Amino acid sequence: MPDTASRPGMLEQQAHRLSAVGDWTLPHYARLRDAVARVHEADSVDLAQLGELDTSGASLLVDLLGPDAVSDIAEWAPGLPPERQALLKAVADATRRRPLPPPAPRPAPLAALASLGQVVEQLARQQLQLIAFVGLTLSTLLTTLFTPWRWRLTSLVAHVQQTGLNAIPIVALLTFLVGAVVAFLGATVLRDFGATIYTVNLVAYAFLREFGVLLAAILLAGRTASAFTAQIGSMKANEELDALRAQGLDPMELLVLPRVLAMTVSLPILTLIGMLCGMFGGALVCALALDISFAQFIAIVQRDIPLGHFLVGIGKAPLFAFVIAVIGCLEGFKAEASAQSVGEHTTSSVVQSIFMVILLDALAALFFMEMGW
Amino acid sequence: MNASKPIVEIRGLVNRFGRHVVHEGLDLDIRRGEILGVVGGSGTGKSVLLRSIVGLKRPDGGSIRVFGEELQRLPAARRASIERRFGVLFQRGALFSSLNLQENVALPLIEHAGLSRADAERLARVKLALAGLPPDAARLDPAALSGGMIKRAALARALALDPEVLFLDEPTAGLDPIGAAAFDRLLVTLRDALGFSVFLVTHDLDTLYSSCDRVAVIADKRVLVADSLSVVEATDDPWIRDYFHGPRGRAASQAAQQLTSPPGGQS
Repeated sequence: MPDTASRPGMLEQQAHRLSAVGDWTLPHYARLRDAVARVHEADSVDLAQLGELDTSGASLLVDLLGPDAVSDIAEWAPGLPPERQALLKAVADATRRRPLPPPAPRPAPLAALASLGQVVEQLARQQLQLIAFVGLTLSTLLTTLFTPWRWRLTSLVAHVQQTGLNAIPIVALLTFLVGAVVAFLGATVLRDFGATIYTVNLVAYAFLREFGVLLAAILLAGRTASAFTAQIGSMKANEELDALRAQGLDPMELLVLPRVLAMTVSLPILTLIGMLCGMFGGALVCALALDISFAQFIAIVQRDIPLGHFLVGIGKAPLFAFVIAVIGCLEGFKAEASAQSVGEHTTSSVVQSIFMVILLDALAALFFMEMGW
Repeated sequence: MNASKPIVEIRGLVNRFGRHVVHEGLDLDIRRGEILGVVGGSGTGKSVLLRSIVGLKRPDGGSIRVFGEELQRLPAARRASIERRFGVLFQRGALFSSLNLQENVALPLIEHAGLSRADAERLARVKLALAGLPPDAARLDPAALSGGMIKRAALARALALDPEVLFLDEPTAGLDPIGAAAFDRLLVTLRDALGFSVFLVTHDLDTLYSSCDRVAVIADKRVLVADSLSVVEATDDPWIRDYFHGPRGRAASQAAQQLTSPPGGQS
């Protein structure tokens, strides 16, 4: 081998023949590619002074000479070591057998419009799918309702623990803090009217009707809908759902029902805890900042707040729970077998479920107001 | 560089998970330019050995010298530059699912070799073709591939930086026999052309017979024997006897003899 140790690769014009000298390796790729692009045609190249050669260099030589010439390399470059010839031939075979495809077409100017249309269509399809999935869940629920031996009690209890019991600390803390904040707000505004005593009513109204259920539902949407999507999505990626179906088992019954039922059990309980903790936070602020004692706070709540407010608040909880759980499960089923897709659908399930909870809450508020409840 | 010195030297390697000891006093060399087949029963720690060498698992004892340097004791930057000279094909491919095939192969080219995106993808398509994939596969996502195509794409990615040592974890598992044979030939061709060494964990007897220069047998937490196939076959050990002289071993041995007996039939 000639002494060309670690010399950068070059394409040189020597007499009437091109000559490849130096190392034709990856570090020199960009420069060599330009050199090869400048030469239009070459029947043969003198390879006697070639240094190192790797697949990137070999692919450039094949580009330069064309795969056919490289295949006959034994004839025109007999001095080349056999392993080099083998490499060049392997690369030539790989590129000739199947020419490289043209790059994908660039998006047209109208593509933005088209993608807008696609997004809208997808959104419509998503809502249709959601409605269909709700129907499927309800019909599965009805059929299993009358066959008690198919109830998955263990699974249900496990999910209640995960979605309900384990969420109690965070729900309690958050509602407590929001309760204190609402009380402070009320105290600040009502002080000007000398009506700070109504802070009690404000806190009680807010948490019984809206904040207790809304905060608990939003927390569960972030905490549990995402978990459902990730669980079912990675099960799908791992072909576990197919394995269930192949064994004649229904994923709706095994996976979706326990999750949906566990949520409908958990959220009302968490809502109650949220109401109590929120009112406790308010009461604490009243006691410390407004000199309204706990006993007085409770007396006012008992006197002024009818039961109806509590029922309005807690009545929304099972509905929210059902929607959150169904969206979480459905997004899991829609995920494809890639980490990217599971991530996208997890995001989508949290966004959708929070959106739906707030939308339904607004509609419910309107309804209850019209009804005078 | 000294050609006779092994590229990877493992001495007295100990690996354990909790109280379960996988390796104890394991010695093994990988020589320059050889294809070393590593066999052993399920759970004997073949993949753990591979992970120890490439630095994914910290050994609990012993030393692993790679290119003459102790990998565990090096600073992170120096270690990364050595690990760049490795190519690893994982058991299940481990292609990045958010990238399509040519992006998968182009990623190390862009990150380490500093190529422009267009250059890297061009070269990536050459590597994919070299690994035997059709050109329209270049823009497919890994999720859309069959098991055999995933293995080929993963090989193309392992070869992206023209590594000096290639670690393959059961590359032919899950391939059809024709695809597996083509893979074996491809490996030998590329090894002859590029001169890398191969550490090949396999269960495939045909691969052992057709492409491996040396075979290491792992049993009893260490390397029982590491030598040419004929020496390993003749070793007196119950597991080796069952493995090489069972029905599958005999068939593979006969097939390999038929392949190599005609003159000039050697690859």
